[in-house]
Amino acid sequence: MDLYQELIIEHAKRPHRAGLREPFDAEVHHVNPTCGDEVTLRVARDGDLLSDISYDSLGCSISVASASMLADLLTGADLDTARTTFAAVHAMLTSKGADAGDEAVIGDAVALAGVAKFPARVKCALLSWMALADALATTGANLSEESHV
Amino acid sequence: MTAHAPALAAFSDQELARIRADFPILSRTVRDGKPLVYLDSGATSQKPYAVLDAERGWYTELNAAPHRGAHALSEEGTQAYEGARATIAGFISARADEIVFTKNATEAINAVAYAFSNGAAGGGGGAGERFRIGPGDEIVVTEMEHHANLIPWQELSSRTGASLKWLEVTEDGRLDLSHLREVITERTKVVAFTHASNVLGTVNPVDAIVARAREVGALVVLDACQSVPHLPIDVADLGVDLLAFSGHKMLGPMGIGALWGRREVLDAMPVFLTGGSMIETVTMERATYAPAPQKFEAGVPNAAQATGLAAACDYLTTLGMDRVSAHEHALTGILLDGLRERPWTRLMGPDSLENRGGAVSFVVDGVHAHDVGQILDDHGVAVRVGHHCAWPLHRRFKAAATTRASLALYNTPEEIAAFFTALDSVPGIFGIEV
Repeated sequence: MDLYQELIIEHAKRPHRAGLREPFDAEVHHVNPTCGDEVTLRVARDGDLLSDISYDSLGCSISVASASMLADLLTGADLDTARTTFAAVHAMLTSKGADAGDEAVIGDAVALAGVAKFPARVKCALLSWMALADALATTGANLSEESHV
Repeated sequence: MTAHAPALAAFSDQELARIRADFPILSRTVRDGKPLVYLDSGATSQKPYAVLDAERGWYTELNAAPHRGAHALSEEGTQAYEGARATIAGFISARADEIVFTKNATEAINAVAYAFSNGAAGGGGGAGERFRIGPGDEIVVTEMEHHANLIPWQELSSRTGASLKWLEVTEDGRLDLSHLREVITERTKVVAFTHASNVLGTVNPVDAIVARAREVGALVVLDACQSVPHLPIDVADLGVDLLAFSGHKMLGPMGIGALWGRREVLDAMPVFLTGGSMIETVTMERATYAPAPQKFEAGVPNAAQATGLAAACDYLTTLGMDRVSAHEHALTGILLDGLRERPWTRLMGPDSLENRGGAVSFVVDGVHAHDVGQILDDHGVAVRVGHHCAWPLHRRFKAAATTRASLALYNTPEEIAAFFTALDSVPGIFGIEV
């Protein structure tokens, strides 16, 4: 089926930059209570740069792949890039399928576009992104207006 | 209740065709025209026309607040509502005045848990010593409980200082009764457990637990959500004190369920929800309460849903609960055989038909249940994925989530075949060697 793009399967089987690393400035633990998916995510900041994003993701292929793509996209990025990427991924995933995503902005995460058509799975794909927003908020940086909800 | 494989036959193809024609939703398609294969009746069952017509009939013919007013509609509505109570009571061989209508089993169990805390606080109008609980007392549940029969007891424990204990689950998904005497003790005030597990399918040995509870004088509460829709039930045979079930899992409407209680237990039980129509006399300072079951039914009831549930009971009685049970038993056998033939799946629950219901949960090694469910859904097969509101049980089996197929009387062998065809596409998609 369309949902399971090859990229998703690859990221889910061998998630990039997985595992929890030191040093870090914030650590959060987010769960998806309907299915029990969990992610522990750490972020290290060097001024405006996200110098490391490390995570331990326990969940479905969508949630693990999404965490892997996030780490690829935003490790070493600055806060402005993180905000733009977060907004683009969030918009795509909550578009009910209307927004196919821009590969130039969100890279491999365009493979997650199909998730938007399955409301029950949107939370899986957003789990690590909301965790990152939450972690950054505790370091004093907001990814979006909604990031603290 | 019969403990072993029923001797009766499953429904024939002709019988199944007739039954399925009674359930309009079963003929719809999903996901681009695929026939719906509904294997999620453990979550909620589908409804026959008889139930839908009864619910609608309430509103087109009878609608008035039962037990209020003296006009014709109120009188007829009251008769229909009380008639529904009698039908539902009859379905489980109980007396009509032992059935308390609730919104669902969750509310029924909460009514009992709150009866204990109101009893502990000296309120609720209950006279029974049995409903006083506090520090030093114990509440016993099991590791296989649905959250609905766990969290109300956790909360009761934290409100009253009574301790919470539980029976554990063996590797093959049965209750471990080897420590029964240590878990249920002289300090135990209440034992609450499920008749049939919504995850494992296990049908628990009610007799052994009731016998121990009797020795120590503990009240027994049975969560019968997954047994009343699937097995012939006689409350006197079970020997428990209170029993909860939901209408929507047994072909009835959502929003209606019942708490059955032994008459003297209901009489002694403090009330939970208070308000209109549960009273005897009221002054500005205080009130006295009506006899059970009215004292537990504050507010205008879900009468349309109650008549719908009575219609569901009539429908099941006409088919015969022994036949329903035999049919689901046969299909459960096909499901267990099919999983055994697929060594890349791992069953969570008893791999035998003995004392087993039609909830069949499993993991596919290397693939998360959400992904399994998504592939099945793409084939039109509806199953439940996740922890099925039994998170501690999943922790016990070190599974983050499982896929559950759960049966009802309208399922067919062809649907089980369609389920396995869909399941067989899972390993390839996720690159799992089989």
